[in-house]
Amino acid sequence: MFASFDFDVIRRSLPYLFLDGMTFTLMLTGLAGLGGLVFGTLIALMRLSGLKLLGRIAGLYVDLMRSLPLVLVIFWFYFLVPYIGQWLTGASRPIHVGAFASSLITFILFEAAYFSEIMRAGIQSISKGQPAAAQALGLTYSQTMRYVVLPQAFRNMLPVLLTQTIVLFQDTSLVYVVSITDFLGAASNVAQRDGRLVEMYLFAAVIYFVISCFASFGVRRLQARIAYVH
Amino acid sequence: MSYHWNWHIFFEPSPSGTGTYLDMLLAGLLLTIETSLFAWIIALAFGAVVGVMRTLPSKTASLIGFVYVEFFRNMPLLVQLFIWFFVLPELLPHAWGLWLKQMPHAPFYTAAIGIGLFMSARVAVQTAAGINSLPRGQRLAATALGLTTAQTYRYVLLPMAFRIIMPPLTSEFLATIKNTSVAITIGLIELTGAARAMQEFSFQVFEAFTGATVLYLLVNIVVVVAMRFLERALAVPGYISGK
Repeated sequence: MFASFDFDVIRRSLPYLFLDGMTFTLMLTGLAGLGGLVFGTLIALMRLSGLKLLGRIAGLYVDLMRSLPLVLVIFWFYFLVPYIGQWLTGASRPIHVGAFASSLITFILFEAAYFSEIMRAGIQSISKGQPAAAQALGLTYSQTMRYVVLPQAFRNMLPVLLTQTIVLFQDTSLVYVVSITDFLGAASNVAQRDGRLVEMYLFAAVIYFVISCFASFGVRRLQARIAYVH
Repeated sequence: MSYHWNWHIFFEPSPSGTGTYLDMLLAGLLLTIETSLFAWIIALAFGAVVGVMRTLPSKTASLIGFVYVEFFRNMPLLVQLFIWFFVLPELLPHAWGLWLKQMPHAPFYTAAIGIGLFMSARVAVQTAAGINSLPRGQRLAATALGLTTAQTYRYVLLPMAFRIIMPPLTSEFLATIKNTSVAITIGLIELTGAARAMQEFSFQVFEAFTGATVLYLLVNIVVVVAMRFLERALAVPGYISGK
């Protein structure tokens, strides 16, 4: 069944697959992970702020994002971002936003909902005595968060955050639905151009599998090594 | 140039000729529900078996369980669906491949099985976690009473484990519903696909996606409320705090 398997089509398209496709996928994963973490931490702080209205808004945002399929959210932002850009810049027509910027905004806003739940658990894992002690020492709220709570919350949740980033890495393949050339998109382009679906899709599967396996193996080692603080 | 809102679009006839755009979205919703139920049955069945295997004393069984979970967890769902849909028919003997390609409703069956197997790995992890969360004494007591391993699982461990993991299973079921939208890539016109089609025919982008968003939210609410009743009905008295 592998008699007609054409390894050469893979070899010929390697530069395109990795320099164009995988670079896009990894950049999107990295930047969306960072952006999602920052934005997600802000949402978590809003939910835990004790201010009713702020907490309610943050909660609604998280619930909304987590109830919707990522594919639908990608479509939403793909069409919405040009209009938001028009509104922000006061331009006369919807502005043109590149594929990378559009998908980056989508993934940051979507992942923020998931990261915020992780950071919320992380912040709640720090015993109440610590912020109390920080306030007794005269630290302000932002200093307490900045120097005492968040660094420990982040460290406690690092394995979970990284696992979520692996999920994000796999989910970036869904930009396929708006014809953006990420790694899978590149493989699919070659597959359809050369009529080599079997080779290209199996190769893409192997690459995703190897990267995700190594990454989750690394996370497991990290989990065993870092000490959990309360 | 600003966007022209037209909320009446839902009641205008769709080009499919079988009703309004609203009917089109509802047909998509029905397909989403059918696909996710079919997938969920597969996920529960395979997930339970593999989850049990991961907790068995046999080294081989738990290794097979481990490999199964890692295999399905480390590839994007989209890639898995492509493999089932585009690659599998080519790798099978010619006659079988032809049969698969000509099968009616191929996107539906591919999506249900593909998403079912993808989710089964996550159900397996939850099942194993549920079994491992039980006090060791339960397994030991069952053995002391003379129960075989199969009886221990059937009468002691699984009835408890499944009731403990009801809340995470609810999230996994919700994830299954959301994941059916990935099947848009293999041509399944489920809810997201229907909204996309409506957008392409009517050019009313935001109305179409708002319609789909509202329907997804409704499905979520129904599932969460139903599962809360089920959780309460199945709660082990005195074991799980009535939450």
